[in-house]
Amino acid sequence: MSIFIPEKHWWRDPLDKDEKVWLAIALTTSIVLTLAMPWWHVTQKQNPSSEYYKIKPETFDAATDRFIQEFGEKDESGAIKQEGGIDVVAPPAGDIFVRGQQFKWSPVLKLKKGAAYRIHLSSIDVLHGFSVQPINMNFEAVPGYDYVLKVTPTTSGVFNIVCNEFCGIGHHTMVGRIYVD
Amino acid sequence: MEAVFRTCPVTGLKVERNAETLVMFNAVTSIVFLLVGGLLALLLLLTRWQAVHLLPADFFYRLLTLHGIAMLVAWIVFFEMAVLYFASAILLNTRLSVPYLAWGQYGLMVIGAAITAVTILLGKADVMFTSYVPLQAHHMYYFGIILFAVGAILGVCVFFATLGAARAEKTYVGSVPLVTFGAIAAAIIALLTLAHGAIVFIPTWLWALGIIPMMDPEVYRVLFWGFGHSTQQINVAAMISCWYLLGTLTVGSVPVSEKFSRSAFTLYVLFICIASEHHLLVDPGISTAHKEWNTGYFMHLAVLASMMHAFSVPAAVEVAQRKKGYTKGLFEWLKRAPWGDPGFSSMVFSVVGFGFLGGITGVIYGTEQLNIIVHNTLRVPGHFHATVVIGTTMAFMGITYYVLPLIFRREVMFPGIAKLQPYVFGIGMFVFSTAMMFVGGFGIPRRIWDITGAEAPFPVAYGPTADLALAVMAVGGLLAIVGGGMYILVAVATVAIGKKINR
Repeated sequence: MSIFIPEKHWWRDPLDKDEKVWLAIALTTSIVLTLAMPWWHVTQKQNPSSEYYKIKPETFDAATDRFIQEFGEKDESGAIKQEGGIDVVAPPAGDIFVRGQQFKWSPVLKLKKGAAYRIHLSSIDVLHGFSVQPINMNFEAVPGYDYVLKVTPTTSGVFNIVCNEFCGIGHHTMVGRIYVD
Repeated sequence: MEAVFRTCPVTGLKVERNAETLVMFNAVTSIVFLLVGGLLALLLLLTRWQAVHLLPADFFYRLLTLHGIAMLVAWIVFFEMAVLYFASAILLNTRLSVPYLAWGQYGLMVIGAAITAVTILLGKADVMFTSYVPLQAHHMYYFGIILFAVGAILGVCVFFATLGAARAEKTYVGSVPLVTFGAIAAAIIALLTLAHGAIVFIPTWLWALGIIPMMDPEVYRVLFWGFGHSTQQINVAAMISCWYLLGTLTVGSVPVSEKFSRSAFTLYVLFICIASEHHLLVDPGISTAHKEWNTGYFMHLAVLASMMHAFSVPAAVEVAQRKKGYTKGLFEWLKRAPWGDPGFSSMVFSVVGFGFLGGITGVIYGTEQLNIIVHNTLRVPGHFHATVVIGTTMAFMGITYYVLPLIFRREVMFPGIAKLQPYVFGIGMFVFSTAMMFVGGFGIPRRIWDITGAEAPFPVAYGPTADLALAVMAVGGLLAIVGGGMYILVAVATVAIGKKINR
């Protein structure tokens, strides 16, 4: 009985065949699962990035502003176009910036299919969740860290960036946008 | 306080009054928190169900924070304290050592939980259960959690002191019973976990008071999950002890191999605490090699332990049933099992729900590449409602049907409702958790008040199938809330007005 003192020498009692077989199955499963991750990491193309840099939130903020000024879509008067109150940027392939803050993702990005981008993702206040819908790809935006995601869009269309890390009472109003054509 | 004993007529165990009283107080308090958390669950469910969308945004976030604290922390840890006192003093036929300290445990945990709950309800701590910095709560929120944790540490100390006293006073010879061994595993994990809790919450409290600067957000995340996920491993070890206990109480099962089961518990102690980086797989700040090492090798040795228990718990039941003569065919033992005993049916739901629904999805979601499509979607709460609610909560519910007659010494009221309760709750939770994971597959985030983007610059749509799945989730959740209400009705009625059992 599992509520009473076990018989003496319980440690020396041999395992039954059933237990040994199950142990072998379970151990094999665990080993296969353990090896699957590095195996996929080496052989497959879709892995979380491990490239990141420490950065001060204000430095990242300024870098994003410079990025918006440099590549922002301008109207006839020379002002940067906006959508939903957020600046619109059409950058060439290369380094681009996505800034999370309560409660806004900026800028709105217009990307080209097949172009290779390095998304610098960070937050300038609290944690935010970078969730690209409907393709459902999710990453964490952490203040103080510049997280570099290497992305080459393969589908054209309209994508939302939904914040999926709770960031305050206005959390559900934090939706950004990416266009790919 | 002098030790006063009585002998339990069912198990023959010597039960000491202090231990018994403390088991009762902790168990009753845990059920009060279950009631609070359950009522909140109803409100939250009716808000997440976009077709109803009951609460306003600020209340949703506030009550979601409280739901996490009430259920994941208060209900479960209070019940675990009862399990620890039971597994030490009562199973080893001894008195509870340092009962004053045990009352300190109870008092601190009650005060701590109350302070945190009130701070949340006053709207000063809309930070969710995880309270990731730099999102800041009022300093009393962290202070309440620290008091609660100190109380829990005292409880674990009383547990170990009682074990030591029993050994010194020779109230038993040889090794401790398996259930106590499992409780020891839970208690060791608890100490390691609470140490992480102290490392993370004390500086955060001082930061909220303005005394020290903020911790690095990523360091906080690492440390928080060293506490937050390992806490769930206390639950796993306590829950599995309860499986063995329920196997013995319901069908008289004997562990098939003490060596096998105890080795599995040891694997938990060695590996499960460390493997918490599956929360951080899509985070910056940690290298790929470290993530894979941590969530691969370490986690899967703990998974191995769970698979061992998944074999030995049903095997023990089968052996016990076959000894009773149910030997026809492969499954007569299962068919003739006491399905009308709520202790037994709760255990079966707990084993199957934890293993298949919660455990397997947990292993899948903890894979680096797959985590990209899982992180912070409803898949995550779908997974842990299977482990913590179907697994841990149902195991504790099943134990309750035996704690009531054995410790409270009252006949279980409304036996018809008690018989049905695990089925209503279990089936409801199976539907709810499965649907929640399905909904998460559409990318719908967790912890969000509105999924349509109605107040956002851009509208968001997940499609009609997602809406249908949300409705299924709501129906399952409502069924589970009815089942939870049945449990609380039976437990409270029995404790308050149940017929006393004469010795």
